[in-house]
Amino acid sequence: MGNLATATVVVRVTTCTESRYSNVLVLRFENTLSKQLRSNLVGYAFVGPWIIGFLVFTAFPFLSSIYLSFNRYNIVKPPVWVGLQNYSTLFHDDPQFRQALLVTLRFAFCSVPMSIVAGVCLALLLNQKVRGLSIYRTLFFLPSIVPTVASATIFLWLFNPEIGLINQILSLFHIQGPAWLLDTKWAPWSLIFMSLWGVGNSMVIYLAGLKDVPTYLYEAALIDGANSLQRLRHVTLPMLTPVIFFNLVMGVIGSFQYFTEAYMMTKGGPEDATLYYALYLFMRAWRYLDMGYASALAWVLFAVVMSITLLLFRSQKKWVHYGS
Amino acid sequence: MLTKSSNKGLLQGRARILTHLTLVALSIPAILPMVWMIATSFKTDKQIFATEGHESALYLLKHMIPHPFYWKNYPAAIHAIPLEIYLRNSLRLCLFNVVGAVLSSAVVAYGFARLEFKGKNVLFMIMISTMALPGQVTMIPVFVVFRWLGWYGSYLPLTVPAFFGNAFFIFLLTQFYKSLPGDLSEAARIDGANEWTIFARVMLPLAKPALATCALFQFLATWNDFFGPLIYINDVRKYPLAYGLQQFLSNHGSEWARLMAASTLFVLPVIVLFFFAQRTFIEGIATTGGKN
Repeated sequence: MGNLATATVVVRVTTCTESRYSNVLVLRFENTLSKQLRSNLVGYAFVGPWIIGFLVFTAFPFLSSIYLSFNRYNIVKPPVWVGLQNYSTLFHDDPQFRQALLVTLRFAFCSVPMSIVAGVCLALLLNQKVRGLSIYRTLFFLPSIVPTVASATIFLWLFNPEIGLINQILSLFHIQGPAWLLDTKWAPWSLIFMSLWGVGNSMVIYLAGLKDVPTYLYEAALIDGANSLQRLRHVTLPMLTPVIFFNLVMGVIGSFQYFTEAYMMTKGGPEDATLYYALYLFMRAWRYLDMGYASALAWVLFAVVMSITLLLFRSQKKWVHYGS
Repeated sequence: MLTKSSNKGLLQGRARILTHLTLVALSIPAILPMVWMIATSFKTDKQIFATEGHESALYLLKHMIPHPFYWKNYPAAIHAIPLEIYLRNSLRLCLFNVVGAVLSSAVVAYGFARLEFKGKNVLFMIMISTMALPGQVTMIPVFVVFRWLGWYGSYLPLTVPAFFGNAFFIFLLTQFYKSLPGDLSEAARIDGANEWTIFARVMLPLAKPALATCALFQFLATWNDFFGPLIYINDVRKYPLAYGLQQFLSNHGSEWARLMAASTLFVLPVIVLFFFAQRTFIEGIATTGGKN
């Protein structure tokens, strides 16, 4: 604190450099200004933009959304304090909230493990020394850079029950395909299948992880007489667990933010079968202008995401191997 | 084992064929949706609906390829969206976001990587943890503040935040600066250069590859951004392409040929960019995701 006070004095003095007298003062102050303080100031100046951005766009909104969650607020009129009412409605009197939580958790529990398995398998396949590797890598990666708005449009067309490509291909095998996005049972699965299309992104991360596995581990395993399956089980997969863990955590957090596809393709329907949490929160906030209630929803989302993340971090000791 | 590795380590015989077959089989679902998008964009409505109810394999396969090649969906889509205005809006947003996010993140990352100051490690930890904070928790108050500032309906809510650094980029650039040798900046310091000069003249030019990665990711994020315009933009003339495409979908939901033409036009720049900067893409994703 004392350091900071001296710093402000220096700043004030340097601003009135017209007079010679102050120049002398500046020199004297600069001499007394410890090296440490100066390097602190320079450091804060560099990270300053982020600190300001953090306070304005993250810390302040973060705290004020707690406050808003205890209010009734429609943006037009000032907030009205209602205490815990939003939360009690949420937990006791809102079937849509329960549905949204359920749909989102199911999405997370299906799509995240499935994309981990698919991503790891693809990476393992590509990590073998085959010709044309970079072509395959490009082919698998390409879907993941297609903008969501475009992929949602494309899949809406692919899932078309009558003339969509998927049901046409199924009809070649004399299978009557379901109505996909229009079917309560199939709509969530359609979106899970679709999410697997973007698996190329995490595949690249796994591939980088595989490249980092030191060769001496494989050599040691070979000397011990391990076959390829044993090497996979005892060398490759354990070495890959930090990357898998990273994708698991980010995947779960991402599930709770899953929005654009659902908004564009199903609008939460049919019969709320794809009412994902982020979509419900959006509708509460911007369709019904229930900003207070939506803030309560946001805080419940935060609590759920934090607890799952914490549990995952807790589980880390049991299965994630960080190299020596 | 020795013979195996002497043979360039390539897989042999049946294992190789099996791997290739698997890879080819998996490439089909990866690439088919985009092929189908392009094929549909060159069809007439009559061709699109021709296969309805037919179950003969030959008939279906024949009708998967556009015949005749009907290119007029493109001018129709460009006219209906209107592409020219939305493209200009998108590019403007991309420009501000790329410049803002890359420059500010470069400055902040230099502070975290190369300078010593009190509380640095704590601040860095806070910055890392903001990456895991769901945007839903902050978006309502942020919206309220922007509306209160009178920025609702303008591009300011979609551009200003970029100028305060992006946590992912700061992290990526911090790692990059740390990997650079310290000799050069030491030499400049001995020559009497201050930190800003060292940053701007020595480190920034060296960081070009990492800056390119950030610029690329920011361009994509802004190009694809749908949620921002959805809540902040209310004027049709200000729509960026991503939002315009969604509007086109919700207004002309069954005009599949034109929709696919519009989607193709929207995806095309991203694909072109990918082929020009494939390495930047793949290395960028590998470093942000893998090296935590």
